[in-house]
Amino acid sequence: MSVILETKGLEKTFDAVVAAHNINISIDAAEVIGVIGSNGAGKTTFVNMVTGYLTPSSGEILFQGKDIAGLPTREITQMGICRSFQIPQLFPELTVLDNLLIALTIANRGRKGWLTPAVDEALTDKAMQILARFKIEEHADKLITTLAQGVRKLVDIAMATVPEPSLLFLDEPTSGVSAEEKMSFMATLIDALQATDTAVLFIEHDMELIEAFAPRCIAFYEGTILADGDTAGVLDDAKVREFVIGSEFHRKATPDVADIREQAKG
Amino acid sequence: MTTTVAIILDGFGFAAWLFLSSVGLTLIYGVMRILNISHGGFYALGAYSAAWAVGLYTQTGNTIALTYLIIPLAAIIVGTLTGLLVERGLLRFMYGHEEVLMVLVTYAVFLILEDATKLIWGTESYVAYQPAYWLGTIDVAGIPYTIYKFLIIGIALAVGAGLYWGLNRTRAGKLLLVVIHDREVSAALGINVTLFFTVTFVIGTTLGALGGALTAPEISVVPGIGAEVIVMAFAVIVIGGMGSVGGAMIGAVIVGFARALSVHLYPPIEMFSIYLVMAMVLAIKPYGLFALAEGRKI
Amino acid sequence: MKFFDKTEWSLLYALPVLIILLFALPTWLVNYVQVSMGMGLVALAVMIQMRAGLVSFGQGLYFCIGGYTAGMASKFWNISDIFVILVIAIVVTVAVSGILGFLLRRYREIFFAMLTLAVSMILFALLSSSHELGSTDGFNLPQASYLGWHPEGETGSTVLFILTAILTLACAILINRFLRGPIGKIIEAIRENELRVEYLGASAHVSVHVLYMIAATISAIGGVLWSMALGHVTPEMANWTTSGQFVFIVILAGTGNVFAPLVGTLILEVLRVYAVEISPNTWQMILGIVMLLTIVFLPKGLWSLFERFVKRLSSKEPAA
Repeated sequence: MSVILETKGLEKTFDAVVAAHNINISIDAAEVIGVIGSNGAGKTTFVNMVTGYLTPSSGEILFQGKDIAGLPTREITQMGICRSFQIPQLFPELTVLDNLLIALTIANRGRKGWLTPAVDEALTDKAMQILARFKIEEHADKLITTLAQGVRKLVDIAMATVPEPSLLFLDEPTSGVSAEEKMSFMATLIDALQATDTAVLFIEHDMELIEAFAPRCIAFYEGTILADGDTAGVLDDAKVREFVIGSEFHRKATPDVADIREQAKG
Repeated sequence: MTTTVAIILDGFGFAAWLFLSSVGLTLIYGVMRILNISHGGFYALGAYSAAWAVGLYTQTGNTIALTYLIIPLAAIIVGTLTGLLVERGLLRFMYGHEEVLMVLVTYAVFLILEDATKLIWGTESYVAYQPAYWLGTIDVAGIPYTIYKFLIIGIALAVGAGLYWGLNRTRAGKLLLVVIHDREVSAALGINVTLFFTVTFVIGTTLGALGGALTAPEISVVPGIGAEVIVMAFAVIVIGGMGSVGGAMIGAVIVGFARALSVHLYPPIEMFSIYLVMAMVLAIKPYGLFALAEGRKI
Repeated sequence: MKFFDKTEWSLLYALPVLIILLFALPTWLVNYVQVSMGMGLVALAVMIQMRAGLVSFGQGLYFCIGGYTAGMASKFWNISDIFVILVIAIVVTVAVSGILGFLLRRYREIFFAMLTLAVSMILFALLSSSHELGSTDGFNLPQASYLGWHPEGETGSTVLFILTAILTLACAILINRFLRGPIGKIIEAIRENELRVEYLGASAHVSVHVLYMIAATISAIGGVLWSMALGHVTPEMANWTTSGQFVFIVILAGTGNVFAPLVGTLILEVLRVYAVEISPNTWQMILGIVMLLTIVFLPKGLWSLFERFVKRLSSKEPAA
């Protein structure tokens, strides 16, 4: 597998507070990685730095061999790194379809003149296809403000896939999704994403989801990486158990993902 | 030499006027996040009521000394009553809307106040020069300077000190800082946010009226002064950083001196100089010198 | 796909209607229609910026640049050809708004409102203190000429009216296209959530800059047409109270369609004539009260009311 993203000695300090310290992560193409860590451990700070929302205090971020540290968000997006948000970042007064159409319009930018109507049938079809992939086509004509949190999360993630990224960060994709629906939600999501060969890094607090969907896991603690490796190993790590998960969590046998996927499709 | 002295005197004179005319605007923005365009309307109300009251009083032939009480009293009465009316009667129903919408609402209030002023006092000009004249002048390095200007500088300093003391040294001021920091949390803590808003708005509008009232003896009060002053006040609080009282003071000094310099050295650019310093400040600090910090969004 | 949408067809049909009005209506009313078209373009400029959530309290800047370009071209260079004047006005406006755009595109919400206001007041201050340009009184403009043709009197005003109508409607059609085009979509998204726009790979700054320059350009065209019709310019054109009136029109009319600000301007201008005559000192108060009522009860403006009305009509049709 080829490495698409590599960070070297990434640091972020806010005045005296160290938000991220010596972050070295390497991500392969089409890989699925789960990220765990308590609030304030530096997970979102890491995502914010890689996607250009924050400029690292020091260190390198190599994406396909090029240092992207400190580049503006839009340029990083154009290069192929996208993200979803813990709190969905949508266009709330517009419909789901319009949200997708705007995303597609931006992705198509430059291909149409300023005075050419941006939306045509082909674009609408494409938007509906994306919605179908995430199983939210029934909500196409609803305003974002009228949607349940779980649907908003899916729209948010669908929007993040529009620029066709080769690396996608999902910031707590299942927050706001009810406990019973989390598994099938993630199944829908990971299936939709793996169809496109996108490398996915998702931040998650639910260890069962990490076990079920992420072959590799990274644990953050107080701005540093506590452990990084295959999921079973990381979740069994003594330090991870002490500082991140807490001892109450007992690893169950891996849930049958194939089963969940069948249910989700049904 | 005389030019230098004149620039310094006029610089502080302008600065005092600018501070008094804009501090209420920045205070209301800092606490309520409302850019109050109707501030200009309150300024005009203060100026008219003071000029009118002084005019009535001087006709009686009594001592001018009392006008120094009449001026602030007129401002306080008209600023408080109208401020209360606008806040209780209108603004409180609009809280929670976007900042931009609130600008439009206060613009509407400005239009209404403009005509209300015309309906009460007509469109002819009012002159109430007596209070400015009566105190006489003193010589500063050979330049005669009206004592009234020094009085205004003193009042500006007193208002600045009073606000500083009120915000930083009193219990109410400390609670207000909590309200500014987080409205929801302060409401949950049992702080009466609504009351703080009302009081802040009324103090802000009264300061606006006071600015107008104190200026009245030096100018002829005519329709349109409110629209003029709001532009100056914007420049001052943008330079200082919106919502910062200390910033308004620094902004007033910067703008005051820019204006004094151009008046004495090259008059044609008098108005231009104000915007020039504003553009220069914003090029370096896009949200002014003492801007309030914005939090992380994601 | 059809080349013109419904709005654009309506704008095309509006031209013959306006020309009929020119001959059917009394002269004084025709004058108001003509003046309203120039001002309507400025209101349209305010409207497209409001689509991006940006409230310009300084659109008078470009209205004034248009007017004074027309005035100064004739005063200093003896140019009265309206086409040459339009070209000069557009070149000046593109240059000025191109430079100012670098400053203003960084700002949103109240900062944008305040800074656009401040910038237009610079021009107001400069013109008010310029004796060569008549200070606060401004100066008069000659009658327009057209590629060497100098129509006088009645013919002159007829030609100017028709040209004004053509240019106004052409601008409105182009703006309608622009709003439906890619940047039009992006500016709508900027109003809703700028962070997401950047995370989708578009530059909000560049889109706002383009928007600002386009708004400036049609305002300047409006300024040229308005001052040519009136034959007079004053610094008041750049005063923020003038810009405030354009904001008022857009609040009242709504941002739903390019027609809204154009029609809104006309209605307001005609109402103003009566109101100022009946009670000169309450006109602004009426404006203020109407504005408050609109904000509270009709946040999307009168256009939304009209849309609802049309919708109800068309939903009844199949049943009848």
